[in-house]
Amino acid sequence: MATLPPASVSARKLRAPEMSLLPGVRKRGFWLYLIPGLVLFTIIILVPLIWNIYLSFTSYRGIRPPEWIGLDNWIKLMGDDKFWVSFQNSVAMIVAMVVVPTLLGLVLAALLFDLVGKKFGGKFASFLRATYYLPQILPVAIAAIVIGWILRPENGALNTILDAVGLGALQHNWLGSPDTALLSVMVVMVWVQIGYPVVIFMAALQRVDPELYEAAELDGANWFQRFTAITVSIIRPEIYVVVLTATIAALKVFGPIYALTRGGPGDSTIVPSYYSYSEFFQSQQVGYGATIATALTVVIVALTIIFILAQNRAERLENER
Amino acid sequence: MLKPHRQKPRRTVGDWILLIAVILVAALVAVPFLIILVNSFKSPTDYANGGPLSLPSSIYTDGIANFWQRVNFPEKLWNSFFISGTVAVFAVIVSVFNAYAIGIGRVKGRVWVLVLFMIANTLPQEAMLYPLYFMFKQVGLYDNVWSVIIIFTVVQSAFGTYLLSAVFGTFPKEIIEAASLDGASRWQILRRVVVPISRPTLSVLLIFFFIWTWNEFLIPLTFLVSNANQTVPVAITALQGDRLMDVTTTSASALLGLIPTLIFFLIFQRTLTRGITAGSTK
Repeated sequence: MATLPPASVSARKLRAPEMSLLPGVRKRGFWLYLIPGLVLFTIIILVPLIWNIYLSFTSYRGIRPPEWIGLDNWIKLMGDDKFWVSFQNSVAMIVAMVVVPTLLGLVLAALLFDLVGKKFGGKFASFLRATYYLPQILPVAIAAIVIGWILRPENGALNTILDAVGLGALQHNWLGSPDTALLSVMVVMVWVQIGYPVVIFMAALQRVDPELYEAAELDGANWFQRFTAITVSIIRPEIYVVVLTATIAALKVFGPIYALTRGGPGDSTIVPSYYSYSEFFQSQQVGYGATIATALTVVIVALTIIFILAQNRAERLENER
Repeated sequence: MLKPHRQKPRRTVGDWILLIAVILVAALVAVPFLIILVNSFKSPTDYANGGPLSLPSSIYTDGIANFWQRVNFPEKLWNSFFISGTVAVFAVIVSVFNAYAIGIGRVKGRVWVLVLFMIANTLPQEAMLYPLYFMFKQVGLYDNVWSVIIIFTVVQSAFGTYLLSAVFGTFPKEIIEAASLDGASRWQILRRVVVPISRPTLSVLLIFFFIWTWNEFLIPLTFLVSNANQTVPVAITALQGDRLMDVTTTSASALLGLIPTLIFFLIFQRTLTRGITAGSTK
């Protein structure tokens, strides 16, 4: 270690733009380490992605080679009611996985942090947080099966309980009727998703300076005013992250639909990812399935870019203030 | 300085009401787990007589045993374990190589490489699904666990590269400079300096990749069609609605599906909660 000070001086002198963090070692040699990752990435992600986009312009049933048909699939897609229904259902998934969990998560995290953590003990707050988070750790198809079991039509837990408390008239084939199937799937997703914002927001709340709260309290701000003016504005970056990642997850929902309803009854719970899957492997309309998958990809990538731009803008405004 | 309300928490009636509210929400979240647990140990007649909320009149394990044998549960556990474990190790290795070149090597065009990996994180798997299905059929790896292992190694390492590049980018310069001036080669510095020092981060990634892969559904469903290759979630989902599954056996199937991840959660709870918040900055 005695040689360190003079060495770092010479290292600083040596560092030119083409140098890596290692003194005297050129960047170019590091490309070697990127080769396995990039080759794998090209084969497994890039090539299939471009191939899938190509397939969206073809008629392809999986046996004879794809046949170029230009925009036919895309024109069909624009007029396909089932496709629009699937996107409407995605909006329902966004309500269940983003809107409800984020709002509820904000309130729960603030209550756990402010009230339970400070007045009833941090251990108890952590325990409640872990409980909320529990459904998040399950494979989502298994989570769906758990709730699906409770919602079984004949001798299901919910129907039996309703009957027992004298509300037998409310018994229902929850997943099997078009009017409640989507709602039932939404319940599954709220249950799965609720713990995610709570955990992230609670970690973010550590940053909130208690002095700010005390000052606001002295100024006569009530709990709700403090909550919106201080808490929400300080943890805004985390809110963006939760909204973005959960929205992407909501657009990708597949497992619960496959496990519970297969898109039915009718098309009442169909979502884009299940629609494309069924076109690929059940209808053997590979070209059209690829069109749906590509459309979904475009929506997700566009949303990601919009979110990131919005977040950067919000940060800039915040800094200018 | 005097701060009266810091000394002893004063609990008002409102506090207690709010406390009950958060406990009720927690109970609502926990109830489905308890219902599944209780009913998995009932016989179908016991269930019919006592309803879903009663405790089992006697402990009945036939439902669990039947389902265990019907799906050959040990085999499914092993498949899931083998796939997730192999993916976790491979994906960490690939992530380390990528991040070494990007974070420490600062190779040209690294920003574009990172953007590429970041976009890959958001892509829906459907956008690659059919071409991958076609490719793996051509090379004879369809219905083979290795198809799933290869795909998830790449998918997980896209996230790992993104995270690790940021970590390596802030690596203490003095340490690598010292090693470099001692004559260590690029490989030796990676092997003997960078990897040992970032071991805590690498083990968090390893656990995450394992659990994420365990929970995956669409790709294993598509690629592992024969019974003998299926993972736990796929095998359990495949038997739902089967005529031979009575009500409590179905409950038992859900129980068997959630037990492994519950065990992982109990073992890694601390790491996981820390990791989720780290991952939230991705």
